[in-house]
Amino acid sequence: MPSVAGYVKKAEEQKIPISQVILAEQSREQEQPREVLEEKMRQMLQVMQESAREGENPELRSHSGLTGGAASKVMERARQGESLCGPYFGKAVARALAVSECNACMGRIVAAPTAGSCGILPAALLTIMEEKGLSEEKAVMGLFTAAGIGTVIASNATVSGAQGGCQAEVGSASAMAAAAIVEMMGGTPQMCANACAIALKNVLGLVCDPVAGLVEVPCVKRNAMGVVNALAAAEMALAGVESVIPADEVILAMKRVGNTLPATLRETAEGGLADTPTGRSIAQTFFQQEIR
Amino acid sequence: MNVFDVIGPVMIGPSSSHTAGAVRIGNMAGALLPGEPVRAVIGLHGSFAKTGRGHGTDRALAAGIMGMLPSNSDIPRSLEIAKERGLDITFEEIELDGAHPNTALIQLWNRQGDTVTVQGASVGGGEILINSIDGMGVEITGNQPTLLVLHRDVPGVIAGVTNYLAMNGVNIGGFKLSRRKKGDTALMTLELDELPDESVTNGIRCFPQISRCVLIAPLQ
Repeated sequence: MPSVAGYVKKAEEQKIPISQVILAEQSREQEQPREVLEEKMRQMLQVMQESAREGENPELRSHSGLTGGAASKVMERARQGESLCGPYFGKAVARALAVSECNACMGRIVAAPTAGSCGILPAALLTIMEEKGLSEEKAVMGLFTAAGIGTVIASNATVSGAQGGCQAEVGSASAMAAAAIVEMMGGTPQMCANACAIALKNVLGLVCDPVAGLVEVPCVKRNAMGVVNALAAAEMALAGVESVIPADEVILAMKRVGNTLPATLRETAEGGLADTPTGRSIAQTFFQQEIR
Repeated sequence: MNVFDVIGPVMIGPSSSHTAGAVRIGNMAGALLPGEPVRAVIGLHGSFAKTGRGHGTDRALAAGIMGMLPSNSDIPRSLEIAKERGLDITFEEIELDGAHPNTALIQLWNRQGDTVTVQGASVGGGEILINSIDGMGVEITGNQPTLLVLHRDVPGVIAGVTNYLAMNGVNIGGFKLSRRKKGDTALMTLELDELPDESVTNGIRCFPQISRCVLIAPLQ
């Protein structure tokens, strides 16, 4: 089984970033030259850029009418320099909303790792590229680091909300993004592992409770939380703050927490926000419309 | 594990199970009908019936039947495109005993009147499982090249087909036989390690006891 510690060790031994370890390993496993894989990842980044643009459309609305248009409001505020924590923060939140709203409105997205959590990586990477003036190349390599963390989580735990709750989707995406940001900002492999661990620890236990079973409420806004959490974790890790619990142990803890979550809180739309008076009433109205 | 299973696939939202998986079930049904479909009756079971429209499951299935891939931006417009192409689609809510909550039952017809009925479930993360074809039980994931052979249930047909594949250097990774009753029609499902040449399927079609042979390339 792959492990975060394993990747960190290899990266430290060879004095290369985690992304290069992942790229070399994938090139061997998939029997493809590195350039081919890099190009494929670049295409993923391009689709992410397109989804972020599409999601900023103020007129965008989902079929149910529950989501759409939030990204445009937040981006407007950020562009006018009114964002609480500076433009980077406002734009990251807006892009997480944009890509998630694009998804909710049947736009084209990259599942990263899932459709429900597709806003977090694009928000983190595209915004850091823009604000810090980093190259596309750096972002592509950031995606390989994120993917490496994602494969560890998928192999040792789960990235499915139906199995592990929202912590497995938004939590995993947040941990992947945190590690990617650290590497893009020049942090060490161990700092990437710390960022991954901190981000995932912060959302342990987060339940999957979609209103009416749709990938909209609360999923879209949880993507915004996911990118903010990734930034906080990356900020701590880059400053040299360490995670007391190592990343691989956090991942296993996430799996065990997921296993103990009742089925009502794992994507069945029977608990949490789905089971509030407003949540139930939305579901009822929506199902009546469906039948008609 | 492939990194593009984690960063990817590129898909039309909002849900890998209710949208991307539904496209792939449609792809499989479309691939099993000879020629272009002109009519489709689509039964939606369980969660597909309950939240299908909100997830675009209806449009995803229609797009899949017409051969669109899960990343095709035309998926949201697929019902209009079907009309333009002269494909008449009817949706109905159904209840299937013991079926997976995300199940669709699709019957298709072509202009010549040929028909095929496919039942498939979207089992998570865009993965699918086709459970039955024309009422005969199968287990097809669409991840490997799959050869379907409809034949008379008499001794030697299976040996004939598997020997023929062996002679052509095609390795079989999975095998399932299903039949309505002894001596009647039977369906062989063979999962292959590589996609064989068209000449191989043509060769199998020449076997006397075989009425149909369809090769399905791996779904995207």
